[in-house]
Amino acid sequence: MSILVNKDTKVICQGFTGKQGTFHSQGALEYGTKLVGGVTPERGGESHLGLPVFNTVQDAVTATGATASMIYVPPFYAADAILEAADAGIKLIVCITEGIPILQMLRVKAAIASSDALLIGPNCPGIITPGECKIGIMPGKIHLPGCIGIVSRSGTLTYESVFQTTNEGLGQSTCVGIGGDPIRGMNFIDVLSRFQADDQTKGIVMVGEIGGSDEEAAAEYIEAHITKPVVAYIAGQTAPAGKRMGHAGAIVTGGKGTAEGKVAALKAAGVEVVNSPTDIGVAIKAACK
Amino acid sequence: MNIHEYQAKQLFLEYGIPVPNGKQAATAQQAVDVAAQLAGDTWVVKAQVHAGGRGKAGGVKVAKSSGEVAEFTKAMLGRQLVTHQTDAAGLPVKQVLIEKTYPIERELYLSLLVDRSSERMVFIASAAGGMDIETVAHDSPEQIQSIKINPITGLQAHQCRTVAYALGLKGKQHQALEKIMRGMVDLFLAKDASQIEINPLIVTNNGELMALDAKINFDDNALALHPDILALKDPSQEDDRENIAQQFGLNYITLEGNIGCMVNGAGLAMATMDLVKLKGGKPANFLDVGGGTNVEKVCEAFKLILSDTHVKAVLVNIFGGIVKCDVIAQGILAAIQEVHVTIPVVVRLEGTNVEEGRALLSNTGLNLYAADDLAHASEQVVALAGEAA
Repeated sequence: MSILVNKDTKVICQGFTGKQGTFHSQGALEYGTKLVGGVTPERGGESHLGLPVFNTVQDAVTATGATASMIYVPPFYAADAILEAADAGIKLIVCITEGIPILQMLRVKAAIASSDALLIGPNCPGIITPGECKIGIMPGKIHLPGCIGIVSRSGTLTYESVFQTTNEGLGQSTCVGIGGDPIRGMNFIDVLSRFQADDQTKGIVMVGEIGGSDEEAAAEYIEAHITKPVVAYIAGQTAPAGKRMGHAGAIVTGGKGTAEGKVAALKAAGVEVVNSPTDIGVAIKAACK
Repeated sequence: MNIHEYQAKQLFLEYGIPVPNGKQAATAQQAVDVAAQLAGDTWVVKAQVHAGGRGKAGGVKVAKSSGEVAEFTKAMLGRQLVTHQTDAAGLPVKQVLIEKTYPIERELYLSLLVDRSSERMVFIASAAGGMDIETVAHDSPEQIQSIKINPITGLQAHQCRTVAYALGLKGKQHQALEKIMRGMVDLFLAKDASQIEINPLIVTNNGELMALDAKINFDDNALALHPDILALKDPSQEDDRENIAQQFGLNYITLEGNIGCMVNGAGLAMATMDLVKLKGGKPANFLDVGGGTNVEKVCEAFKLILSDTHVKAVLVNIFGGIVKCDVIAQGILAAIQEVHVTIPVVVRLEGTNVEEGRALLSNTGLNLYAADDLAHASEQVVALAGEAA
């Protein structure tokens, strides 16, 4: 098993015929993802990358039975795209787009709370179950089917964790990049609970960063509910307070959201926190023995 | 993005939030003219910089004559104001705000922001105004009242009443507060603010409410939707290199060390800084070249790093996802040639097209060190910076 996506997951792409949508749809197809079509308004009926293009997500869902969507539309159109996917009954919405205004995300989250759609992102690399399904912008070939579940707020630190767990011969069950925005879809706990329930996942790597209190919340959850080994890394120990470190969500304000606080909370919950991002692979291997 | 107090107060007026009578001035003569227009016999002169803590730093003075208005204005204009919120260099004062003074009965606190954990807009109110709200929250949390706004129903009358009672307001002050709170919400939503803070919100001796100070931050992601707000930007209040970085779509933050860092991805950029420190070095900057980059962007990133004369060595750490390693390698080579880089550059590449990238960087005859392992790359750059220092 894996979590959220597997070889049978039917995926569509919103923003299919755009530059990013095209590039990463090609990547998904090459990886073996069951991509069944895409959506670009006014381009319905055309064929792109050998797949059908639809005007609306509803048309695409009706014609293909897709249950997942990856979104590569520009930031000011992305909130609408997420809501369109949810309205059309898509169960897993993966929004890669960076730069969505926070007030738009605030309304999107409130709106999709009443649907059964799960949202990953925005501002994230996506989700991959190695060897089965890649929805996102991660380099597929560094992955290896295996036993480590990875959840991270950072794209490139997800790749680092993947790379190291592959080099250790452990591989990954599923990797979820939950994104660097302050308001996002699935959070650490949503993913951790699924890794706990997944037989294939033997150990969990969690990568957090400064800003907010989601790592602290995850620490409490881990202490109460997670029995599998967890290795964590928190980025931003040298980040100055009050400065936004690239990600909209990576900022220490009023002494809150510091790396020290997160590390302390995770350690108190029995999580092994590595000081160096280069020690993630070795640490999870040792923890899984 | 931040704006100046006088700009924030103009926005407050547009949204029905009462502020003191006043106007900005860029010269002592203008300041005296403004004071004359305002009438009265005392005025407050406030340095306009994007930082709090101005009062203690000498950036807020009460003038008792037009002579003092001129004197205080002259003393502030053109100087760098250093407060506890700025760095040691401080921020340049190019304008002052001259305002009428009002007899103050009480000082309150009111702010509106997006609370990420509840995913709601939240009002924070306190009867302990005029103080640092974080200190109040820490020392006496019972003095803080917070109200979450449901995005579907919006601000409700009972929520305004709750805040009014918490602030100890009476009678007509309840309506005045509700008007202020609704104005703040309308402004916040209309302009995609990320925080609006009134500290203090004063009660005058005749019972009126007024925003004595005003601070507004805007969501950078939404600025392109609001050209009127973007026009209020004052680059003099920001780091020069950070301004240049923005023009090229780079995320750059100046730090105080001597090892330049160029990384793709915000998380990895932070992790690289942490790693440099862990190995005994000091990062000179945070720099995320972002996704979908190109040779020009990498070239500019390089120039930016090297424009900081403290930098003794550079660590390039790229894990290719969207960004392909060969594109980064071309950028590095182009930049090194264009900028005539002489200091050592350690490059660690991994991910898409890594072999092509490393091949491009090998045997160049330049001061380049190709590393394939992040731990070694960081050790190497710390050693090289140490030798050069």
